[in-house]
Amino acid sequence: MFYREAGDFKTSYAADSQTFPIAFDRWRYYFVIAAGFGLLPFIINDYWSNAILLPFLIYAIAAIGLNILVGYCGQVSLGTGGFMAVGAYTSYKLMTAFPWLDMVSITILSGVMTAIVGVAFGLPSLRIKGFYLAVATLAAQFFLIWLFNRVPWFFNYSASGQISAPERSLFGQAVTGPAADPSAKYLFCLVFAFALAWLARNLTRGSVGRQWMAIRDMDIAAEIIGVNPLRAKLSAFAVSSFYVGIAGALFFTVYLGAAEPGTAFGIQKSFLVLFMVIIGGLGSIFGSFAGAAFMVLLPVLLTNVLTGAFGWDSALARHFEFVIVGGLIMFFLIVEPHGLARLWALAKEKLRLWPFPH
Amino acid sequence: MLDQTVTADGRTIGGVVMEMRNITLRFGGVIAIKDISFDVREGEIRAIIGPNGAGKSSMLNVMSGFYHPQEGEVWFRGEKRRPMRPYQIARQGIARTFQNIALFDGMSVLDNIMTGRLNHMKSNFLEQAIWWGKAEREEVANRAKAEEVIDFLEIQSIRKTPVGRLPYGLKKRVELARALVAEPKILLLDEPMAGMNVEEKEDMCRFILDVNDEFGTTIVLIEHDMGVVMDLSDRVVVMDYGKKIGDGVPDEVRANQEVIDAYLGVSHD
Ligand SMILES: Nc1ncnc2c1ncn2[C@@H]1O[C@H](COP(=O)(O)OP(=O)(O)O)[C@@H](O)[C@H]1O
Ligand SMILES: [Mg+2]
Repeated sequence: MFYREAGDFKTSYAADSQTFPIAFDRWRYYFVIAAGFGLLPFIINDYWSNAILLPFLIYAIAAIGLNILVGYCGQVSLGTGGFMAVGAYTSYKLMTAFPWLDMVSITILSGVMTAIVGVAFGLPSLRIKGFYLAVATLAAQFFLIWLFNRVPWFFNYSASGQISAPERSLFGQAVTGPAADPSAKYLFCLVFAFALAWLARNLTRGSVGRQWMAIRDMDIAAEIIGVNPLRAKLSAFAVSSFYVGIAGALFFTVYLGAAEPGTAFGIQKSFLVLFMVIIGGLGSIFGSFAGAAFMVLLPVLLTNVLTGAFGWDSALARHFEFVIVGGLIMFFLIVEPHGLARLWALAKEKLRLWPFPH
Repeated sequence: MLDQTVTADGRTIGGVVMEMRNITLRFGGVIAIKDISFDVREGEIRAIIGPNGAGKSSMLNVMSGFYHPQEGEVWFRGEKRRPMRPYQIARQGIARTFQNIALFDGMSVLDNIMTGRLNHMKSNFLEQAIWWGKAEREEVANRAKAEEVIDFLEIQSIRKTPVGRLPYGLKKRVELARALVAEPKILLLDEPMAGMNVEEKEDMCRFILDVNDEFGTTIVLIEHDMGVVMDLSDRVVVMDYGKKIGDGVPDEVRANQEVIDAYLGVSHD
């Protein structure tokens, strides 16, 4: 089957604003969903789940969240790690204080709590922009990590200062704790990633998304055509932090199982997610997945190829990864700010006319 | 107050819809507007002319709530306007374009135009998140309205183009579309024809007249070109150095000695 847009006519405005207007794209999307839900859970093992799929899904959620703020609304944030920590600690406190509460509610409530904190730290965005806002969010990052390190109530006065997730089940299957099955953990995260991506897509294709983008592109003009900047910016902070908080909660409860704020949610995490957004594509939901996949797969790939096949020293391979990521960041920032998502779209544009380019 | 006059070309002009009373606007030591009063009547095309730096854009910014005058009152639909943010004024039905185009460069033409419909959106956040019922119906209705304006301004072929890639003349047209789609009571246009070639100017003139004629939209426009102004407008305000030096129908204004002096005294750009 050829990849075709020509001949794919829309007969209604609703059809034109759907997520995958081209039939071929739609089918590929259904295929990926079907494989993700119906096939992968039966074939994955611990390695696949822990090294690739779980971090991919969780980072994708965080990247969508950050992309809403940075890519759609144009507000810079370096506080992603700190906000992930808010989600993680909220889920920990809820799990230990209310053992009967199910994991879905706990995860969503962690997102809600992070949204509230995110709005509070987003308030300065009404006055400051760009570099100054980045510094303010950086301050939020350090303040939050300091808070979770220093206030024993957050880690239930445990001697180590760590938090660890007790076992919780959903439909009789353990999804957290050491006994949890890799496919149960995977499915749990997949449901969240799928639902959140769908919600984000809806928000960004409608009037909420247009308000965010209007603020991003020219805030003064946006206000004059009727966008309330306060509502637009704070809603972006709220939605973004909600996503990041859920990612933080899943990262702790499902993926790590035990965490210490400085190492799990430090400033490196903020940069990692920011790189995912930049490499994947600012202002693209698909790009958030692409960026997360890239940043998760790259180290795995490099270790396997460089150390495995070429026999490089593993420390050298790790440093080489920094070089590659650094180079790519510069490439995407300078040459293609819309990232992998844009490169993908360009490739499709070429394919669309293939094999008759004229 | 005069209610309802019919113009030579058969349009009906109603009572006063907006009134500027003794507006003074200062920027530090610079007085941009000095004690100016004038009114705008429903359904008319009201022009503001004057040399560069006369304070025309500043006046439009006061009308759209972007600048707050130090003195004076703005009356809109029979009520004195309380201090408001620009987005609140937009919601009262005042839309505008800018002298230096202010489009959203990262968005397509269609999305730019759809932002003009924001004030007509009633569905809440959650309804939009699940894209169900009211949210989708509104989106479709707004899209239909946007398409109407796209047809009207003859920009069908660039619907999906990112505005950053458009030439200047088309950008101006897209900006007009974004303002029009809001279905404003008053449309404020800041030099809609500046920088255009003759053909583009003619198109723009026709659009402005058609908007006024077909939708009955009240239009306040700033323009440099005297010829264009005389053809388009019902009444003209003339400004010079922040002061009003003339106000009336085009023929009256053209005969006004002070206006002639102001225009002869400056070189046009
Ligand atoms: N934001 C501003 N800050 C300072 N001065 C301004 C500002 N806007 C306009 N002015 C000044 O007000 C005067 C009138 O400007 P403007 O309204 O743009 O004139 P026009 O549109 O008639 O060319 C000019 O002297 C200009 O420098
Ligand atoms: Mg001006």
